[in-house]
Amino acid sequence: MAKKVAFLQGNEAAAHGALYAGCKFFGGYPITPSTEVAEVMSAELPKVGGKFIQMEDEIGAMASIIGASLTGLKTLTSTSGPGLSLKQENIGYACITEVPCVIINVMRGGPSTGMPTGPSQSDVMVAKWGTHGDHPAICLVPASVQELLEEMVRAFNLAEKYRTPVMVMPDEIVAHMRERVVFPEPGELEVIDRAAPSVSPEQYKPYDTQFGDIPPLASFGSGYKFHVTGLNKMADGFPTTKASIVQAEEERQVRKVEANKADIMKWEEYMVEDAEIIIVAFGSTSRSARFAVNEARKQGIKAGLFRLITFWPFPEERLLELSKQAKAFITPEMNLGMCTGVVKGCVEGNAPVHGIFRVDGEPINPGQILDKMKEVK
Amino acid sequence: MAFDYDKYIRPGKLPHIWCPGCGHGIIMKGLIRAIDTVGLKKEDTAIVSGIGCASRLPGYMDCCTLHTAHGRAAAFATGVKMARPEMTVILVGGDGDGTAIGGNHFIHACRRNIDMTYIIMNNNIYGMTGGQFSPCTPTGAKASTTPYGNPDPAFDVAKLAIGAGATFVARGTAYHATQIDKLIAEAIQHKGFSVVEILDDCPTTYGRRNKFKSVVEMMNRLKEIAVPVKAAEKMTPEQLQGKVLTGVLYKEDKPEYCEQYAKLIERAQGGAK
Ligand SMILES: Cc1ncc(C[n+]2csc(CCOP(=O)(O)OP(=O)(O)O)c2C)c(N)n1
Ligand code: SF4
Repeated sequence: MAKKVAFLQGNEAAAHGALYAGCKFFGGYPITPSTEVAEVMSAELPKVGGKFIQMEDEIGAMASIIGASLTGLKTLTSTSGPGLSLKQENIGYACITEVPCVIINVMRGGPSTGMPTGPSQSDVMVAKWGTHGDHPAICLVPASVQELLEEMVRAFNLAEKYRTPVMVMPDEIVAHMRERVVFPEPGELEVIDRAAPSVSPEQYKPYDTQFGDIPPLASFGSGYKFHVTGLNKMADGFPTTKASIVQAEEERQVRKVEANKADIMKWEEYMVEDAEIIIVAFGSTSRSARFAVNEARKQGIKAGLFRLITFWPFPEERLLELSKQAKAFITPEMNLGMCTGVVKGCVEGNAPVHGIFRVDGEPINPGQILDKMKEVK
Repeated sequence: MAFDYDKYIRPGKLPHIWCPGCGHGIIMKGLIRAIDTVGLKKEDTAIVSGIGCASRLPGYMDCCTLHTAHGRAAAFATGVKMARPEMTVILVGGDGDGTAIGGNHFIHACRRNIDMTYIIMNNNIYGMTGGQFSPCTPTGAKASTTPYGNPDPAFDVAKLAIGAGATFVARGTAYHATQIDKLIAEAIQHKGFSVVEILDDCPTTYGRRNKFKSVVEMMNRLKEIAVPVKAAEKMTPEQLQGKVLTGVLYKEDKPEYCEQYAKLIERAQGGAK
């Protein structure tokens, strides 16, 4: 049987990816350019017995999905810019309490209300540093409508597997453009559910490290009673200020992601084998970059594209390796140098890193990247 | 035989953090008696709080407990209840937590009429952070951030709840300890969003600054200002000056949110229209 094909907008595809992954609860607050995610979820969730709630604000939306996730459901919220700022306190709460959930943040211009319908890529730092304190961060930055759908499934998988919030950050262009999407068949993409506890309710501890760095999470209402708090906690979930426990727990929470980088990180290398100039790009910008690389090759410039699909954790080691071969890196991005700074740190001075920055709401076009290549060649 | 509170207290989690004379412990005992009266199963009961001295209560209770962010209890609880409507969800917290930072979540939880019970322990002050004024601090009262007397008018929590759409609203006091469990039990049994405001005392940060000589004096004040709704009917406006009504202040039957949502699911799935 032929697969279902549709002409979908990025946001719509993201919602369908969430449904494919088994999302059963959405809590949100409308904000452009992410609203279509909520609209599709409000229509589709009840059909599969799931629940949609439009909360009074983003703080409440984030809180509601953590509460719902604690009963065992896969949960989602979607937002953009200012909404993400409001969600930060509770994102931190999900980090320290280790409650799986997925947050879509469609990147628009900022700070503050900025450009509500203008694209940007300027929330990638907020994905890692937005909430206070040390915590793990997983952030995915898809570049096409199809990929957005599939990365949503992966986001839920990572959230469930590592017991942590996962952010998916399409830029406004990816979220709003329409492309052909081939729906994956049931079973075609892997769908991971959180590990269930293997011990009895009496023996259960929500942060019991004898089960490894990612202890199983029981569900409220399933016979297991336990305590969840945003305070630094012990294995049984109760607050502690004991230095050795706090230190070990903070380190474990970050290690859950750092030690599993190989599983979480995803990128694409296009013509980098012999590349002298490597473009590091993500989201819609990477599409211009691919075009520019093809043009450059025609003109005899040895260019290649390193396209980030996972932004955090960042593929530092691979970029360091490539920096020994490349003569220069070019980092086009719709912000004033966020990715550029990270790449500079990775390459440790082995090669210069030239940024192309735009924050005027216009996409970065291939010509701009090509010009830069000629300049640095 | 004396009531066995231990059945509902988590082993090894006492003593609690509350100061001597703090009313929060009296309220917790009332909550325990109410849970026992209603016959709730501990593993099917979620107790959710925000941040503050009052909000530490869930940690002591042997149920599914969720100690969230300051002011956000109602929003977290909404997620829990909607995802698992068969659970009994009880929210607890202070007046600052519920009506200042959490004010928006509070009024919208009232409006939705989701079947949960919210116990607001109103000690007129921010206890945990050392006695700054709250939206419930009386005008003129001293707090660490109102050294010249509080210029702000205070909220009437019960009126706020009724105005926002809560379908069961009651008020008690920490002095009238034997009434607390009855009000909470009735609130839990009510189908819809129930608010139980309990006038409480904070001798440490409020009493000290406002010239209460002792906890006993603070408790006596609660005794003096409280007038049961029935008794108030026979009183003149002059007699009611400075008094606070206690008991069940408001009750109404209205469609409950989770039940309505279940019908919405049926409609979406092509069932009942
Ligand atoms: C976002 C945020 N802002 C401020 C605080 C600090 N804070 C902790 S408890 C509290 C007040 C608690 O007062 P109340 O809710 O009345 O409870 P009580 O301590 O009196 O029982 C405040 C302001 C916080 N924890 N989080
Ligand atoms: S500071 Fe006040 S509210 Fe907090 S425990 Fe002490 S008496 Fe109770």
